[in-house]
Amino acid sequence: MTTPSTTLIKDSVRTEELLVNMGPQHPSTHGVLRLLVRTDGEMIKETWPHIGYLHRCFEKICESVTYVQSVPYVDRMDYLASMNNGMGLCMAYERMLDVEIPKRVDYLRVITSELNRVASHLMAMGTFGLDLGAITPFMYIFREREIITSILEKISGGRLLFHYSRIGGVYRDMDSDIAHDIRSFIKTFREMYVEYDELLSQNAIFVNRAANVGVITAEQAIGWGLTGPCLRASGIDYDIRRKKPYAHYEDFDFDVIVGKAWKGSLGDCYDRYYCRMLEMLESVKIIEQALEGLPQGEIQADLPKVVRLPKGEVYYAIENPRGELGFYIVSDGKPNAYRVSARAPSFCNLSITHELGHDVLVADVIAIVGSIDIVLGEVDR
Amino acid sequence: MALTLKDIHGKLAAKFSEKVFDWLEPEAGDGWIEIEPLAWAEIAAHLKADPDLQFDYLRMISGVDYSDHIQVVYHLMSYARDHDCVIKVKLERKDPRVASVMDLWPAADWHERETYDMLGVTFEGRDELRRILLPEDWVGYPLRKDYEQPDEYHGITHW
Repeated sequence: MTTPSTTLIKDSVRTEELLVNMGPQHPSTHGVLRLLVRTDGEMIKETWPHIGYLHRCFEKICESVTYVQSVPYVDRMDYLASMNNGMGLCMAYERMLDVEIPKRVDYLRVITSELNRVASHLMAMGTFGLDLGAITPFMYIFREREIITSILEKISGGRLLFHYSRIGGVYRDMDSDIAHDIRSFIKTFREMYVEYDELLSQNAIFVNRAANVGVITAEQAIGWGLTGPCLRASGIDYDIRRKKPYAHYEDFDFDVIVGKAWKGSLGDCYDRYYCRMLEMLESVKIIEQALEGLPQGEIQADLPKVVRLPKGEVYYAIENPRGELGFYIVSDGKPNAYRVSARAPSFCNLSITHELGHDVLVADVIAIVGSIDIVLGEVDR
Repeated sequence: MALTLKDIHGKLAAKFSEKVFDWLEPEAGDGWIEIEPLAWAEIAAHLKADPDLQFDYLRMISGVDYSDHIQVVYHLMSYARDHDCVIKVKLERKDPRVASVMDLWPAADWHERETYDMLGVTFEGRDELRRILLPEDWVGYPLRKDYEQPDEYHGITHW
C-alpha cells in the first residue's frame, strides 16, 4: 500500500463544526429537552436549550377553572415532587384568604412533602448516576422510592400525583399505622444511605466525571436566578425553610447544606449532587421531629364551599426539592383567578445551560444538565 | 438591614422623583411600586447598584393583561439585604414595549422571552427575543384576555 501524499490528505480530510440536536427524545435529557449544540470534534462550542415540548398551559387553565379545581393541575408541574407543589399553591391561596390553618395540617404537609423531597432527591441521584454511566444505583434507588410511594399512597391514595393538600387543609388524616411505616422507612433509609455513599459518592469514576465540571460561581448562581441545591452548592446559605419559615419549619432542627468543594471546586457538578445527598438526611431528620411533635386537631380549616380570594395579589414561595417554587396570584374577587403565574425552579435553573455549555466536552454537557436536576413538566408547565 | 416596601419607595422617589409613581397596598396580599415605563432601565440599574437596596436576584417577570393595559411585574429580592419588592410598569396594550434588564440580571433572559411569548410584550435592547414555550410559528398571545384559541394547528385539532 502506498502512502497518500500530503496534498491528498489535505484535500480529502477536513474538520468542520457540526450542529447536533441532543434530544428531544434522549435518555440523558430527563424528558423532552432539546439541546442544540455546535461541536468541534469532542468539544462543544455553544449550547442552546430549546424547551416547550411539554407545555400544557397551566397558567391559562388556572384562569378558567375555580381555585379549588386548579389545585390538582399543579401536581403535574413537577411530577416528581407533587406534594411540594400542591402545598405551595394551597399556601399561596391561604395567604390571600388570611385564614388560620390548623397546626396539624402544617405538620402533615411537612411530613408528606419532606418524604416527597427524599423521593425526588433519590431520583435525582439515580438519574445523575445513570447519565454518567453508573446504572446500578438507579435500580437501587427505586427500592427506597417504592417504600416512599407506598407510604404516600396509604396517606393520599395516589402514587405519583397526590392532590393531598387542599385549600385550608389536607385530604386525609394520618394514623399511627402510617407513622410506624414512616419510622421503619427512616431506619432502613439511614442504613441504605451508607450503601449509596459507598456505591456512588466515593466511586472514583463517578467523582472524576463530576468534580470540577460545570462550575457555577456564587455570582453566576445569583445572577441567573438559581435556587435550591444548585444555589447552595455554589456556597450561598439560603433556604426558604430557614430564612422565611412557612408551615412551622421554625419548629424543626435541621442544617442547611451548603457546598464545600467536597471533591473538586466549589459549585461543580459533584457539589450539587452531594448537596442533595446530605439534604436527604436533613429531610428525614425533619420528618422524625414532625412525627414526634405531631399535634392533635382538625385537618381542615373552616372555609366556604366556593373559595373566593379577596381582591389583590400575592407572591408566595416555598422550598421545592429543586428550588424556590413561587406563585404569583392576581385576584379580582371572583371564584377563579385573574392570573396565576408560576416561578418554576427548574425553568430558572435550566436557563444557565447556555452560559455553562461552551468549551466543554460533549459528555460534560450531559453531566451539567444531569446535575441541575430538571423536571421538564415544570420547565414547560 | 431589610427595608420595607415603603422605605424602598421613599428611596426611589427621592432619587427619581416623578418617574416613580405611588406605592400601593391592595386589600389582601402584597403591595407594589409602580414606575414610569420609560425610566425602567435606569431605575433597575439603581435598584441593583445602590448599596442600601442591592437587589441582586430577579425572582421572576410576569405579565398581566388588564384589558385596557398590560402590566409587566418584576419580583425582586436581595440576598445581601434580605428584602424584596415588586415593581410594576403599565404599558400600552397596542404595542407594549419596555427596556430589557438582561444585562443586569441574566435570569431575565427566559422570563422576558416567556412574557413575550404569552403576552406579546417587546423587551428592547436585547437580542433574539423569540418564543420560548410555544412553537415559533404560533399566532397570537395566549395569556391576553381577548385571545381566541385556534381550531387547528398544522392539521392538529382538539376535537
